[in-house]
Order: sequence, then C-alpha cells, then structure tokens
Amino acid sequence: MEKFIQLLVYGLQLGSIYALLAIGYTMVFGIIRMINMAHGDFLMMGSYAVFFIVSLFFADQMLGPAIALFVILASASITGFIGVGVERIAYKPLRNRPKISSMIAAIGVSLFTQNFFRAIPFIGPNPRTFPKLLKDVLFFVGPIQLSLVRIVVIILSIVIMSVLYFIIMKTTIGMEMRAASCDKDASSLMGVNVNRVISATFFIGAGLAAISGAFYANNYPVLTVTMGATLGNKAFIAAVIGGIGDIRGAVLGGFIMGVIEIMISSVYSELAYGISFVVLIIILLLKPEGLLGKPMIEKV
Amino acid sequence: MNWLRKNSEVIILPLIYVVIFLLQKNKILNNYIIQIIMLAGVNIIMTLSLNLVNGMTGQNSIGHAGFMAVGAYVSALFSKIIFSAATMPPALQTVFFLLATIAGGIGAAIFGFLIGMPTLRLKGDYLAIVTLGFGEVIRSIIRITPTVGAARGLTGIPKLASLFWIFVFVTITIYVCRNYMDSAYGRGCLAIRDNEVAADTMGINTSKYKVQAFVTSAFIAGIAGSMYAHTLRYLHPDVFSYTKSTDFLVYLYAGGVGSISGSILGAFVLTALPEILRFMNEWRLVIYGGLLVVIILFRPVGMFGGKEFAFLKLKTGGIRHIGFSNLFQRKSKKTAVANEEISQ
Repeated sequence: MEKFIQLLVYGLQLGSIYALLAIGYTMVFGIIRMINMAHGDFLMMGSYAVFFIVSLFFADQMLGPAIALFVILASASITGFIGVGVERIAYKPLRNRPKISSMIAAIGVSLFTQNFFRAIPFIGPNPRTFPKLLKDVLFFVGPIQLSLVRIVVIILSIVIMSVLYFIIMKTTIGMEMRAASCDKDASSLMGVNVNRVISATFFIGAGLAAISGAFYANNYPVLTVTMGATLGNKAFIAAVIGGIGDIRGAVLGGFIMGVIEIMISSVYSELAYGISFVVLIIILLLKPEGLLGKPMIEKV
Repeated sequence: MNWLRKNSEVIILPLIYVVIFLLQKNKILNNYIIQIIMLAGVNIIMTLSLNLVNGMTGQNSIGHAGFMAVGAYVSALFSKIIFSAATMPPALQTVFFLLATIAGGIGAAIFGFLIGMPTLRLKGDYLAIVTLGFGEVIRSIIRITPTVGAARGLTGIPKLASLFWIFVFVTITIYVCRNYMDSAYGRGCLAIRDNEVAADTMGINTSKYKVQAFVTSAFIAGIAGSMYAHTLRYLHPDVFSYTKSTDFLVYLYAGGVGSISGSILGAFVLTALPEILRFMNEWRLVIYGGLLVVIILFRPVGMFGGKEFAFLKLKTGGIRHIGFSNLFQRKSKKTAVANEEISQ
C-alpha cells in the first residue's frame, strides 16, 4: 500500500508533465484540426531555453523559487513566439488543404528543428546536463517519502491548468477560441479574428510545452535534441485517450498515462512504453472518441 | 504481345536492371552505390505498400514500419534459426530465401488483418494513432523476446537478397499495385477514399475493401521487411520505430500520394538525397527536413501527384484523376455552405 501511494505520487508528477504537453496537442487540434507532430520539439526548445538562460545569466548557481519561476516563464514565452512563427511559416498556408498535408509539414518541421539544433555548434549532438533549479527537500509523511520539488511541480501544473481553464472559459480570447473551434467560418463572420486566435493557441500550446519541458528536465536532467519525440508521442496518446479537442480530457489522459507508466515500469520497465499503447488501443476500441470526447456525426 | 504492352513495367524494370548490372560489372558503380540502390528498392516496395492504404483507400496508417518489422523478423527467423540457410548449397538457399520472404509476407498480412479490423470502427486521426500504437507495440514485443535477440538485435542473418531479387520483387509489386488499382477492388478503395458514406450508399462493402487493402498492403510490407533483413543482415527493434514509419510517409507524400510513379520517385530520390548530401555532414538532415516542408508548401500534391510515367499509365484511362483532384482541392466557402444545407 505504501509502495502504491509512493508510485502514485511519482505517477501524478509524470502525469502533470504529460498533461501540460497534451493540452497543446488538444488545443491545436480543437481549432485547426491538425496533429502537430512538432509539438514535442517545443518541449525540447523550452528546456534548452531554460538551460541557456540559467547558464548565461546565473552561472549555474541554485536559484530561488521566484527567479526559477521567472526563468521558466521567460523560456515559455520565447518558445511561445517560436510556436507562433512556426505556425505562420509552415502551417498557415496549408490551412485549407487536407489535414494530412499539414501533418506531413509538421513532420518536416520536426525533422528540421531537431537536426537544426543538432547542427548548430553551441547546442550540438552531445547531451547537456540540466541545472538544478531548486534545492530539493525530502521529507516523510508516515512511510512515504516525498520530495518538495515533485509536490511543487504537481501543484504548479494544476495551478497553470486552472488558469488556462479560466482564460478559456471567462476571457474574450477564450470565448473566441471556443467559437473558432466550433466553426471557423461562422466565427470569422461574427468578427472573430481567426488568425489571431490561432496564433494565441500556438503561443499557449508551445508555452505550456516549454513549461512541461522545464519540469521534465528538472526531474530527468539530461537534455538531448530528440527528447521531445517520445514525450510528444506519449502526450499525444494522452490527448487521444481523453478525447482530443477537449482540454479536461487532455488533463485526465495525461494523469492516466503518467500513473499507468510509472506503475508498469515498477513491475517491468521494458514494457512500459508498449503497454501505454495497448491501453490506448483498448480505450479507443471501446470508446472511439476518447473518454470525454463527444461522438461526431459524419456528413457527406 | 498485348499483355506486354499493357504491363510495360515487366519490360522496363528488367532493362534498368541490365543497365545497372553492366555498370556494376564494368566497375562504374561501386558496392556502396549498389547498396543504396538496393535500399532504395526496399523503400520503393514499402512506399507502394503504404500507397495502397493511404493513397488509394484514404485510411491514414502512420505505423507501417510495424508490418515491415513483422516481415523482417519472421523471414529472418525462418532463414536463420529454423533452417539455417547460410550453410546450404546456393540453389537451395534461393528456394529458402523465397519461402522465407513469403512467410514474412504472410506473417505481416496476419497482423494487417488484426489491425484492419479496428479500422472499421475508427476514422481519420484516431485510426492513425492506433496504427502508430500498433507499430510501437510490435517493437516492444520484439524488444522482450529473447528468441529474436531482444534489445540486442538479431545478427548473422544470411545475405540472400541481391540486386536481382530486389528488382524482381519491385517489379512484382508495381505489377500488383497497378492491377489492384485498375480492378474492381481498387475502384472500390478509390470510392471509399473520395467519400466513404457515398461509397457505402452505392453498395460498396466498405469494411471488406478496407480490410482487404490493409491485408494486401501488410503482405507487401512484409516482403519489403524480408528484403531489408536479408540485405543488411542485422535487425534491431529500434530500427522499426515510429521514425521509420514517418520516413515512408515522407517518401509517399513528397513523391505524390495516390500515384505509383510518385511513390517510386519519392522513395528513390529521398533515399539517395541524404547520401548525396553527405558532404554537408550534420546539415544534410536539416536540408532534408526543410525541403520536405518546402515541397508540401509549394507543391502539395507531391513531386508527381496526379501524374504517372507514360509507361505506368492506367490501362483504362484517367478515371482516377477525378477523385484525385477532389482530394487536393481547396474547399471553397460555397461548397462548405452547400454541404451544411444538405445535411440539415
């Protein structure tokens, strides 16, 4: 039982990383109906951004919580602007074409960014060690060992998701996003600037990916240019499990994925990646539109 | 004679083989180039197989490397572990190589059937993610199976594939794909791609055609896997990852989806391109990725989309192109509104 709760904490922490990443997938899909295969690379860019900010300005010393938060937010906005740029250059011209072309374009973007980062000399192919942002404190609640950073990551993720939910449900831009995801043409007739909404979506999505990258790298402090690929795939599964296009679904799917992965790795680590796909296939076969998704009516 | 005129690939490809063979004999092409041509052949078979599902039937499979992995491992098991073909006389070796290849194809086809079944329930992106998942599940299973070398990989597979056999199988694949596209089955698939609901209304058994396309495509992918295994002589589960699947997608969509010539050209050019760009070291893959985006942006139908080489033209004329132009047309506001009105 203690082991179960211990693993549950680890799982929730990994799950919060997946959830933050999955939100980006699901928001982009909700509005322009494309699978952004390059989304995992935003995570990679975000964690490299944190790495460079820390090593340039803070010379690798331990940061206080306020500065750490500031650095993470700074890197999130840098990545956010990169995301907006990528959308403008590579995805916008394809908006009215079949979905699969924008997916292929996204694969191209992903290939390009990964190899570009590998090719530029100051990043290079060698893994980098991510600096410790916060001093970790370990403490015990009964027999369960908890780490302060883990708890902070879980709480921060939940706070960020709540803020996002507030933005989407209560602000004008959020309302515009919801309108655009219902019907792009009709909402643009109602005076919604769809281009601005899509840019905002990419900004938020890429920013959240960067934040999850910082959280991930804080736990597994090895940075490589391909780190986004596997994580991106898992987050995508999380989004699909929850019902793609629905933000609450992405959060739920992310936590399910994280917990399942940690639980299975504790039994047999080689299987973890495969099993998460098996779970995905089973859920999709039982409920093809995901856990929280609504069935779509097909029209000729 | 008439048959030969209608199936001119049966003449053209052997001619290309003879030219390459003579160049090789006269030491103009070295072994490195021959190896690249062989791998390009394997990629051509894979891309044609993907074209059957993505290009003709309009189902998004993004995990095709899974079928290739099954084919490669089954055939390698057959020729290395069960029959140890390396110690046989050459004539028997060829026989067992062909048997192993067919076994690989059948193994992959069985998995194609298993993955074809869920396609009856799933559509579009959900199907795509299930095929991706399927590929990754296969890879994880291989990773923990000690008989096939688990995560260390399978070494010492006899080198039975040669340029000749790869040309034979490429020719057969092109022949099969062309005739499939031109048959009632192919027409059914094209109808499903262009509009599934309408095809269903017209009395096409959509489930049957979709599963059939998946099984045929998986069989061809399994054969490509066998060629791959017996060319490189070494298999590792991570080779058949999601990255490999996206490679084939890239070949198909950059070459021209739905077009046999496009699949061939895309696979060949994009296999050769990274090798040609090798002098640029680490920048070559940057250019490769950038080029892919540029192709999709400025020529969304791919290099050869909607066209065929003269010798690969379909026998009964251009009926396919009607659907094809539909597939890539920009959806105008007018038709969107009209669709809404109809559905209400």
